[in-house]
Amino acid sequence: MQYSVGVLLVTFLGSLAALGLFLWSMSRGLFGAGETAGRVIFAPKEIGLVEDPAAGTATAEDQLQGVMNRTGHTGEFAVLTPEETDERALLDASSRLPVLIALSGAVLWLVIASVFGLMASIKLHAPDWLVEQSWLTFGRIRPAHLNAVAYGWCSLAGLGIAIWLFPRLLRTPLVGSRTAATGVVLWLCGVTGGIIAILIGKSAGLEWLEFPWQVDIPLFLGGTLVGVALLRTLQRRRVPHLYVSVWYISAGLLWLPILLIVAKWPGIHFGVQQAAMNWWFGHNVLGLWFTPLGLAAIYYFLPKVLGKPIHSYHLSLVGFWTLAFFYSQVGGHHLIGGPVPGWLVTLSIVQSMMMIVPVVAVGVNQHRTAYGHLSALRYSPTLRFIVLGGMMYTLASIQGSMQSLRVVNTTTHFTHFTVAHAHLGLYGFFSLVMFGSMYFVMPRLLDWEWPYSRLISLHFWLVTGGFAVYFVGLSIGGWLQGMRMLDAARPFIDSVRVTEPFLISRTVGGTMMTLGHLVFAAHFVVMLLRRGTQREGAALLRRPVRLDTPAGVTAASRASA
Amino acid sequence: MRLRDGEVGVFKLAAGALMIIAFAAGALVVLPYFTLRNVPPPEGLTQYTDAQLRGRQSYIANGCIYCHSQQPRDPSVAPDMARGWGRPSVPGDYVYDRPHLLGTMRTGPDLFNIAVRQPSRDWHLGHLYQPRAYSPGSIMPAFPFLFERKRGAVAPDEVVVTLPPAFAREGERIVATQEALDLTAYLLSLDRSYPVRKTSAAP
Repeated sequence: MQYSVGVLLVTFLGSLAALGLFLWSMSRGLFGAGETAGRVIFAPKEIGLVEDPAAGTATAEDQLQGVMNRTGHTGEFAVLTPEETDERALLDASSRLPVLIALSGAVLWLVIASVFGLMASIKLHAPDWLVEQSWLTFGRIRPAHLNAVAYGWCSLAGLGIAIWLFPRLLRTPLVGSRTAATGVVLWLCGVTGGIIAILIGKSAGLEWLEFPWQVDIPLFLGGTLVGVALLRTLQRRRVPHLYVSVWYISAGLLWLPILLIVAKWPGIHFGVQQAAMNWWFGHNVLGLWFTPLGLAAIYYFLPKVLGKPIHSYHLSLVGFWTLAFFYSQVGGHHLIGGPVPGWLVTLSIVQSMMMIVPVVAVGVNQHRTAYGHLSALRYSPTLRFIVLGGMMYTLASIQGSMQSLRVVNTTTHFTHFTVAHAHLGLYGFFSLVMFGSMYFVMPRLLDWEWPYSRLISLHFWLVTGGFAVYFVGLSIGGWLQGMRMLDAARPFIDSVRVTEPFLISRTVGGTMMTLGHLVFAAHFVVMLLRRGTQREGAALLRRPVRLDTPAGVTAASRASA
Repeated sequence: MRLRDGEVGVFKLAAGALMIIAFAAGALVVLPYFTLRNVPPPEGLTQYTDAQLRGRQSYIANGCIYCHSQQPRDPSVAPDMARGWGRPSVPGDYVYDRPHLLGTMRTGPDLFNIAVRQPSRDWHLGHLYQPRAYSPGSIMPAFPFLFERKRGAVAPDEVVVTLPPAFAREGERIVATQEALDLTAYLLSLDRSYPVRKTSAAP
């Protein structure tokens, strides 16, 4: 125990020292270019001009612009010149092929994953449902759900958005569109192979690492090819500063292959050491892969839609490095109370608490950026998903830090509470942000508007409503389950029985979420086929006219040239 | 292009990112590797037999791990011992476990010492075929695909599952497949009631 306290104190002081050193070096300008870097995502006189291709109608984007004009933005001119508009259209189109493949694949896997998830949820309160076939048993459908979500939906959506963002962030057309597209296709093949392997009983047996190592080869190669295309684009960049989203995406693409190689190398891991490695990977794939991709999207779309640079660029860099440093060591908190070395768990608990630093940095930054403009959420579907997703990131992270504390963990460990928490992160945060990003990106890729803006609203309310039911119910159920498990006077079965109503409420919430995804997927397909009502409006990036005052800016005036 | 003063270059970014992940891997992967590499198996622990290993594969394939842990905790943390799940496990207990099956959920009870609590093969076979026949209120899935329903003459080598009368059907018998027998063999190997020296426990 004394030993543990010592480790705790040393890591805590060490982390504080590292943080102090980092802040000092940043104040000396060693790390970033300061506030001007926050403006590189805008054309020189663009600040003050809103952009949301998903706004539905020209009127809606006008209203969005109106909100920003009223609530006061930092814009000086709010002008995008015809040349800049043309350039941006070129950038947006340069990544069309790989992004369309990635996002289509993501939507396909979202639907499949939702069906798996819903089936697994039902099976927990109807255990004799669909038991005759081995591939439909709970123990295969559940990991199929997790992997389809993580490596199918989330990774492909994240890759697609990252590939699309790079040309915009670097003001350079994507170099190697075909390389990236090949990478995405390889990734798709890997995911398909992995899910089939799980369903036919060839799982590798480790959570988050169920795909057999052979299947991870196309994933590894695919991710690398995408990385190569993005790196080549990076080399030709025409911006003076690397925006923080570039950092997140580049680092994520660098980290993922390392994680995969270390975790999947056959034959070296054993017993308890493998368990430690398992959660090093399991948490890093969240912290060093999904989180960077999600935050990169927030850091781009939130300021871009509002036409207002991020509140503090410096803060976003603090967030980046502290996230990388602290998050990479939190995995051991999954093994609290387990047969692992005490120092390892202690280290992870300390770093889990230190995670509050990057989370507050990101949260304050987003809040200060969006503050005062919340009525813009009414007119911008992109913003609605992104802002809510950003809030969920803060909640999920703070909750995660709390859950790592031994007093809390003793109750929540091994229960459905953890499952609810995982969904707050990967769904509430990441998936919502990806929905918002895709609503922004697709019209720019296809030069076609989202055909039915009501379907966007329906999607939003179904998934957020469904998720609220899912999360609240399962968190309560999980907590009660943990309380009963800790009470030695009660038989174990009490901890099972108490969860039943909450497992049913999870199915209700999950059904709503799945319906929302079907709405989204149908809308996506209609758009892909360029069906539905075509409207001349916000979706299309058109030549604007020069305007003298920001107050005079309207989306219609953009389109009139 | 030339970088401006004070701008973080791609190189610095990559170097920082690599250093950070190397540090984390060092702490959570490499260090445990070296500290646990030479942990000897406790004297009472034996290597799995072929049948048990096949059963272990079945345990993995059918995702038992998603509801069952294999890591009783210390009495100071949770009443795992009071539930009969066994003494707190130590790294030596897992020497033969590749992949590890520690688990993160207890939708069902811990199985590290299930063979101590349920030493009967018949119980396990019947319970796999229909968990609710043995533990009312259980939400464990039934695994009928590990069994065959047969009628007519009994073959000499077949293992017939004895079910409680309410769950048995007239004239039909439930025969365990080889996979069910292997899985049961694995479950019956889960007995870590042998003594361990405290020194082999986690510090």
